[in-house]
Amino acid sequence: MNLDHSILTLILLAPLVGAGVLILLPEREGARTHAITALVVTLITFVLTLHLVYHFNYAAAPGSFQFEQNLPWITLGTAGSGIRYHLGVDGLSMWLIVLAGILAPIGVLASWKAIRHRTRLFYTLFLLQQVAMLGIFVSLDLFLYYGFWEMSLVPMALLIATFGRTENRRRAAIKFFLYAFIPSALLLVAILWLYARTGTFDLPALQALAAAHTISSNPGALLLCSLAFLFAFAVKVPIFPLHGWLQEAVSEAPTAAVMVLAGKLGLYSILRFSFGIFPDQSRHVAPLLIALGAVGIVYGSLVALIKTDLKKLAAFSTLAHASFVVFGIFTFTVLGVDGGIFQILNESLIGAAFFVLLGLLYERYGTYEMRDYGGLASKLPWMTTMFVIVSLAAIGLPMLNGFVGEFLILSGGMQAAVAHHTGWTVLATTGVIFSASYMLWMIQRVFYGSLGHRPNEVTGWDLSPREHAELWPFVVLFVAMGIFSPVWMHAIDTFGAPTANHASTLSSQEAR
Amino acid sequence: MSTNLLAVLPELLLTLAAVAVMLFEPLIAAGKTRRPLGWLAIFGTVAAGLAAFYQLHIINLHGTQTAFYSTLQIDPFSIFFHLLIAAVVLVTLLGSLDYFEAPITHGGEYFALVLFGATGMMFMTSSVELLMVFIGLEISSISTYILAGFRKGRATASEASIKYFLLGSFATAFFLYGIALLYGATGSTSIAAIATGLLTTQAPRLALLAVAMIVIGIGFKVSAAPFHVWTPDVYQGAPAPVVGLMSTAPKAAAFAVLLRFLFNGTPMLRDHWLLLLYILAVASMCIGNLGALLQHDVKRLLAYSSIAHAGYLLVAFTATQRDAVSGALFYTAAYAAMNVGAFLVLTQLSGFDERVRSLEDFTGLALKRPGLSALLGFFLLSLIGIPFTGGFFGKFYVFSAAIHGGHTWLAIIGLINSGIACFYYLRLLAAIYSRPLTDTMRPLAPRRVTAPAAVALAATALATLGLGILPNRLLHLVQRAAPQTITTTVSEVAPR
Repeated sequence: MNLDHSILTLILLAPLVGAGVLILLPEREGARTHAITALVVTLITFVLTLHLVYHFNYAAAPGSFQFEQNLPWITLGTAGSGIRYHLGVDGLSMWLIVLAGILAPIGVLASWKAIRHRTRLFYTLFLLQQVAMLGIFVSLDLFLYYGFWEMSLVPMALLIATFGRTENRRRAAIKFFLYAFIPSALLLVAILWLYARTGTFDLPALQALAAAHTISSNPGALLLCSLAFLFAFAVKVPIFPLHGWLQEAVSEAPTAAVMVLAGKLGLYSILRFSFGIFPDQSRHVAPLLIALGAVGIVYGSLVALIKTDLKKLAAFSTLAHASFVVFGIFTFTVLGVDGGIFQILNESLIGAAFFVLLGLLYERYGTYEMRDYGGLASKLPWMTTMFVIVSLAAIGLPMLNGFVGEFLILSGGMQAAVAHHTGWTVLATTGVIFSASYMLWMIQRVFYGSLGHRPNEVTGWDLSPREHAELWPFVVLFVAMGIFSPVWMHAIDTFGAPTANHASTLSSQEAR
Repeated sequence: MSTNLLAVLPELLLTLAAVAVMLFEPLIAAGKTRRPLGWLAIFGTVAAGLAAFYQLHIINLHGTQTAFYSTLQIDPFSIFFHLLIAAVVLVTLLGSLDYFEAPITHGGEYFALVLFGATGMMFMTSSVELLMVFIGLEISSISTYILAGFRKGRATASEASIKYFLLGSFATAFFLYGIALLYGATGSTSIAAIATGLLTTQAPRLALLAVAMIVIGIGFKVSAAPFHVWTPDVYQGAPAPVVGLMSTAPKAAAFAVLLRFLFNGTPMLRDHWLLLLYILAVASMCIGNLGALLQHDVKRLLAYSSIAHAGYLLVAFTATQRDAVSGALFYTAAYAAMNVGAFLVLTQLSGFDERVRSLEDFTGLALKRPGLSALLGFFLLSLIGIPFTGGFFGKFYVFSAAIHGGHTWLAIIGLINSGIACFYYLRLLAAIYSRPLTDTMRPLAPRRVTAPAAVALAATALATLGLGILPNRLLHLVQRAAPQTITTTVSEVAPR
């Protein structure tokens, strides 16, 4: 049998089976059994995801899915097609899956030393998180998707509650869970409502119905339904006023968990489901989202500027970066959408690299407080180099990946120059300056100047070979994605162009 | 085999087993373990379950059967509940086989009472005659009143028993009065005859009052708000395995009665009783979940949670007949699996003395009992309604039915409630998995999980998981159960 039809199931099964194996392995104090097994499992998963890259068909019809698997799963008694086990990949999700694949082994390596106790629990939850995340990216059935979406909350909340840094961990975990769960309840109502109207959970079928405007004749209900979708996703991203959970969750979560905490799941879902099922309604709310995106960029950057706790700084920088993507995709221009999707990859990679580095600092000095650091450059030259590279990528230095994404997004913003958008683009562009200021200021305070009191008290050490192995993939990817971005854009454009064009034909129709 | 015998076969076998337990109980010397009696009870339950399967086989061949002058009816609906009750009782018995660590004086009665209670519940689900329902209700209630006070000598146990008894009798009086009024209005106490009688009744107001009374009586049994006040105290005082039983099996039976009565007996009053059910459902969901937020005792917390779950189940009643029956039946089964499972874990953790009670006692539990903690965590996730568990699919199915019936607002209230609910479940879950805040944890004498209990735990966990991932088989059964209860009634009505 052709592997193409079962590869997605294999990608899901690998970490799931891995988690099962981890539960059965006995736990001994100080032993590395679980870490090694988890590393092997995540590497296998990563290799499997590469299959998608090699066999991706760039000439496929726009809006079609590849590597599809479509089996009946649960038959509901009421009329309708029931729930199907429907997986598939297109230009939007392909690189995201590979991204999730490569971040996982790095996450395991980053936890190598940080997690010494209860390793069985940690790595089992980590792999379950991986299953849920990959499941979100490959599901094309709303029920199945919702299953993975909710399931992703549980391991994350438990990771925060169990392995959080301070006494505040339980609070942070519950807050994270509630923030995500309650909007998801509304999402479920919306999904059920769609099912009651159309009799299907299948995404391609729903997209076809949406294109034919036959989901419902009640525009108000349809708009409410689309808002329920968008609201659930916006909290998860998070989009500007809904970021209340972010700071605590980020500052509590262990490195491996925080790497996948924010950003890509919510952004992907907006692109896939909000844009897919509600193209008209998404366009309708686009001005609001563009504004929130621009405000989010500036707000996130400004707050990051005044944070002295490195993890909290990183949390708000995540908010700013995610807002960039939101801004880009809601311009509904080819450049904006393509750039936005590319920026999801960038933002996840840069964010992950940043959190890994922060984790390494914490392992050495046991603090995230910027005031305690200073003058590390003389002691840890490699660490400093890596920090600078990551910061430059985050700032958007040309030749590195961040530049490509931000440039595309901002040009998209300019193109969508319906008068009021222009003002927001200007505002968003200032974010570039602010992000440079907080990152560079952070570098200056941590690595340069006189030696801070923590480095004085504790002898640190420069990067070990394992830590090099964690960081070099990032550096290579930053440069490669900065210079050879067409490799990635090729696939992304197969999704971005039709999405943006669909929206622009609609707007031209409306203008007439 | 005559139809009459067939119709009561599971109940008969349970009664025989219970009587045998009572007979053999004095033969075992005081101070000796009562385990053999437990095995006898388990044997009886298995036999009853097999008998229910036999009934299913017969009606597959010959269609729905009625017996005893059309007071009992065996159809997929009643057989579903027979099987469910037998399963819950079986799992409870397995889990509580070694519950009484030090042999106590009244260990034998426990097994007999559980069986007698199950007999009553089964009668409730197969009766299509309200007085028969009432007799079943009484048999099951009296057993549970006694079981609730089984940890005798403790103040909370006596409180539980007395409170349950007094309020329960009051509620059954309501139920009985409702039957009397219905008889006045329609001239019959048989569900089918009530349906025809209501078409020509001279006293429609009386019938409305009667329906309200019956809903109140049942509302008490399923602990729907505002008739829920007994629940937290009784659950707190009663032994953990008994709570697992009485929060699922009698409730399932009461819901079965309500389904039959409302959809087959009084369909023409639907507009009126729908209003009552709106109130009960919304009040139960809100009061249950908000009440649970304030609880520190885990059993009380689960008591409020069971009030909320009764509310979710009542949401199903607002859908069309077919959707309502299949939604309610599926939810009952899923809820039974996860809730019995959760209380079985509590049974294993805290034992007869109930050493582990408050949230503080559960802090850091995963470090000491990783297996039981993982199971409890799984059941809690199912109670929250996390996908790939029975609890989620149940909720999904019920709310889907409500939205199909045009009650989107009810689904929104329900799902927001389940969002609130996840706060208290999660607080418990986070406590279990986090490190204890202080090192001065109360030392916990480890209780060994015996083999039967392990089987029971595994069965509930597998059922919860299976209903979430592969619900097709059960869905098929509950969807079949739904229309048959309606068509048979109609066909029975026709010749009159």
